[in-house]
Amino acid sequence: MFLQNLITKVTEQFSDSILDTTEFRGETVLHIKGECVLEVLEVLKSEGFHFLADLTAVDNLEMGGFERYSVVYHLLNHGNGERLVVKAYVPENNPNLPSVESLWKTADWQEREVYDLFGITFDGHPNLIRIMNPDDFKGHPLRKDYPRIGKGERKDFPIVERNIGTKIGRSES
Amino acid sequence: MDRREIKSNFLTTTVESAVNWARKNSLWPMPFGTACCGVELMAVLAARSDIARFGAEAIRFSPRQSDLLIVAGRITIKMMPVLQRIYQQMPEPKWVISMGACASSGGVFDTYSVIQGIDQFIPVDIYIPGCPPRPEGILDGLIKLQKLIEKEKFSDYSLPNSS
Repeated sequence: MFLQNLITKVTEQFSDSILDTTEFRGETVLHIKGECVLEVLEVLKSEGFHFLADLTAVDNLEMGGFERYSVVYHLLNHGNGERLVVKAYVPENNPNLPSVESLWKTADWQEREVYDLFGITFDGHPNLIRIMNPDDFKGHPLRKDYPRIGKGERKDFPIVERNIGTKIGRSES
Repeated sequence: MDRREIKSNFLTTTVESAVNWARKNSLWPMPFGTACCGVELMAVLAARSDIARFGAEAIRFSPRQSDLLIVAGRITIKMMPVLQRIYQQMPEPKWVISMGACASSGGVFDTYSVIQGIDQFIPVDIYIPGCPPRPEGILDGLIKLQKLIEKEKFSDYSLPNSS
């Protein structure tokens, strides 16, 4: 009941930026436009969803959806145990949306991860640099059009030879 | 000193085989554990398998104090420069064991970020198959390495590269 009331209230307040509300396996999913994510999450946080359990992204290349990418926020209300999933859609030509680091400090590294692997940028993030791939890595490998075996980056290393004993032929026996 | 005493107090050998004998029975491993193989490697050190029986129990976590690099686990593109640096920091003579499927071939991780076999970029002496290998497999690899060290000849050593 709490969740339904909240959804109704938020849908009325942001009627032009809420795209859809769906339910999957008992979890309510709120589909919204990317540019208004900070305002919507600010309201949800003040209404009891104090905890950002997870922040990740999905590439909807062949799955359909409102836009190519969706950034997914998993919220948890510690007061009554309710959970809510917010999906914020960003277009392919300009994958950019506001950062929620000002609401939850934990979004700092998770938004860096989304930036590193999907190439989605976050406005207002204090330090938006790669977190998992090497700093000089090119591309965003979790996009569905990135080849699984990469673009030759795993073959691009100098070969370290033996300093002594090169003639032993240790591999013979 | 009479003849009988000399016979029971001296033995003759070559410097080469004496040095090789000392080296092979006192390997100091540097574990480079990046995945589950690293955990399995600990089992070899424990009492049941007891790698100390083969003189390789002095695990050092500094490459400058060790002569056997055991690469246990998958190596990613971010880790490969670190592994090469650690190999280069080890003093000569040194040997490398590639432990498990991931270090030897990439294993099931045929993705952009996982090196498909560390032997593409650093020298490897012994490959141990398994996912992860049983302790017996690791000991078998160690014994095979000891047999290689036993056969090394000083005359085969090329001069150290200055680089």
